Amino acid sequence: MIHNQTMINQRPAPTNTIGPLAWLRANLFSGPINTLFTLIGLYVLYLLVVPTIQWAFINADWTGTTREDCSREGACWVFVKARFSQFMYGLYPRDEVWRANIVFAGFFALIAWLAIPRMPFKRWVAVLALVGFPVAAYVLLHGGYFDLPRVPTHRWGGLMLTLLLASVGMIGALPIGIVLALGRRSNMPIVKSFCVIFIEFWRGVPLITVLFMASVMLPLFLPSGISVDRLVRALIGLTLFQSAYMAEVIRGGLQAIPKGQEEAAAALGMTYWKRMGLIVMPQALKMMIPGIVNTFISLFKDTTLVMIIGLFDLLGIVQAALSDSNWLGFSIEGYVFAAFVFWIFCFSMSRYSQYLERKLNTGHKH
Amino acid sequence: MLTKKHLVLLASAGVVTLAGTSTANAATLEDTVERGAVQCGVSDGLPGFSAPDGDGNWQGLDVDVCRAVAAAVLGDADAVNYISLNAVERFTALQSGEVDVLSRNTTWTTTRDTTLGLNFAGVNFYDGIGFMVSRDLGISGADELDGAAICIQTGTTTELNVADYFRANDMQFDPIVFDTSEQTVGGFQAGRCDVLTSDTSQLAALRIQLDDPEGAVILPDIISKEPLGPVVRQGDDTWFNIVKWSLFAMLNAEEYGVTSENVDDMTSSENPDIARLLGQDGNYGEGMGLEADWAYNIISQVGNYAESFERNVGMGSPLEIERGANALWNQGGFQYAPPIR
Repeated sequence: MIHNQTMINQRPAPTNTIGPLAWLRANLFSGPINTLFTLIGLYVLYLLVVPTIQWAFINADWTGTTREDCSREGACWVFVKARFSQFMYGLYPRDEVWRANIVFAGFFALIAWLAIPRMPFKRWVAVLALVGFPVAAYVLLHGGYFDLPRVPTHRWGGLMLTLLLASVGMIGALPIGIVLALGRRSNMPIVKSFCVIFIEFWRGVPLITVLFMASVMLPLFLPSGISVDRLVRALIGLTLFQSAYMAEVIRGGLQAIPKGQEEAAAALGMTYWKRMGLIVMPQALKMMIPGIVNTFISLFKDTTLVMIIGLFDLLGIVQAALSDSNWLGFSIEGYVFAAFVFWIFCFSMSRYSQYLERKLNTGHKH
Repeated sequence: MLTKKHLVLLASAGVVTLAGTSTANAATLEDTVERGAVQCGVSDGLPGFSAPDGDGNWQGLDVDVCRAVAAAVLGDADAVNYISLNAVERFTALQSGEVDVLSRNTTWTTTRDTTLGLNFAGVNFYDGIGFMVSRDLGISGADELDGAAICIQTGTTTELNVADYFRANDMQFDPIVFDTSEQTVGGFQAGRCDVLTSDTSQLAALRIQLDDPEGAVILPDIISKEPLGPVVRQGDDTWFNIVKWSLFAMLNAEEYGVTSENVDDMTSSENPDIARLLGQDGNYGEGMGLEADWAYNIISQVGNYAESFERNVGMGSPLEIERGANALWNQGGFQYAPPIR
């Protein structure tokens, strides 16, 4: 019977249920209260956005080189422009900036190579990034070899120093964190208690205390004549501090792996390191991506704390530039610029981690 | 037994540490010559005193002390490694030998001079608490401030010193405190107070940040003593002398009218004071282990005190601080250098 009836052709949905207009009605104006809230929200947004755009773009000063070129009606980006190379390289000598540029280029090229899935030879590039590149970067930046003039670390600064602190912290904290996490789950009492004490100690003190200790107290304990470079001190403090947090993130991931996985691997006759390296860790690390990236982002932002021990990271150099008597009173522009640069890096990291999660399908969505 | 052993170990470690800090680098001059650069501790940014300029070179009144020492010791005012230090770590950095001169707007006080193993090598800026008022009020002196509302940055010694001053002079005031210097300026600008108070060296920097700097005046009165000067470690008197006399050479040069411009002409001067200063009549650097042209190098490369002052904080700079207490002794100020002879 049914077969004899003619099918009604599919018709488009009524116009008042699709399209932007319908979306607006469904989401923003679905009732008197929601309409009221939407209007209030739009008004608040208007109050915030319009002056911001006027300040940052319409009334802003973009051209010029000195304070006199600032009309003071809006933002004066002339200040950021005049100090841009300082914000990037700190007090690095102008004639040697090409060396920092090479390191910057290499850094971003390697990251891009590793991040883009289609690129070949990933394994070798990773080895190059972790072993070859740091050595080359050190030789180039510090100099003293191959007729390159020496640039002492107290002249390093700006975004260059921020990236250096963050990448050394990240690259150092991950392996130390893995070892500590495994150690904390170990059955060997000495190894276990060492790891527990280490992790709890570093998690128990604020990073500012660690940096202060490294910069104020440590020199007093060292024999006279021996002084450890203050950048190295900060790097060691930062790495150890972050590795304790990393260890706990990784331990969380390890605990999420069912015990059966490890037992099955043991039943196949695998050794401890094979069980961990081939069975447990690959599954655990995959699940820990949000946690690890979270730690990395917080580390990236924590690097600004080195400012208090007299290292000029991006924020530190912005503040130092603000105290130039020729440029007093441009703090808002300086801080907005620093915030913008930090946002770019942190947002990229978070987007990449989301992409990685989708690619590795960590949510176990089937 | 074990604890006793530990105690001995700890004690000896402590002794080693203490001995290490107090006698660290007794031969600072030799180390500096060998390194080819003076290790100088400066602030992490204080307008007019030490701040990096657009090309990344350190500039300022405190920086010029470092440059003068480098010129005297190494003949090159640019041979300085600047280490920026915050207020807390500055003395440790000096004690541990990370820096050899601390030139970081440090106030000379009894405690610092006597208990930290440090020596103050002179005063390169007589600072003190001053007042800035709106020009419209027509106030000309601090004694007219009875009943005024005063903007103060909280947590500083300024707050206490101002209270002391007003109590001592039997005047009333209404303190309006802010957390940061930017907020203090904002409060003054918005008319929350009649007077803004801070160290005079910083008042000038705060004044520039006003929308209309011309509308505010800094009163000539200074109500507290904050002599700022370079600091060295105790136990190396040669180095102490070098830093002390580098500063004195700049002051003497101003007194005798020797500037970076005319120093080459002055080498043939008949004036015995100038001849001794520029090493034309005997070698007065010998006692410090320096060449006879030590002061010539300072003056030709850094300039005399007046040049340094005007360039960094005085009328030649945006800060426009008056010489006031920092004028020479024979021009109504306190700056006085012993003679070179």
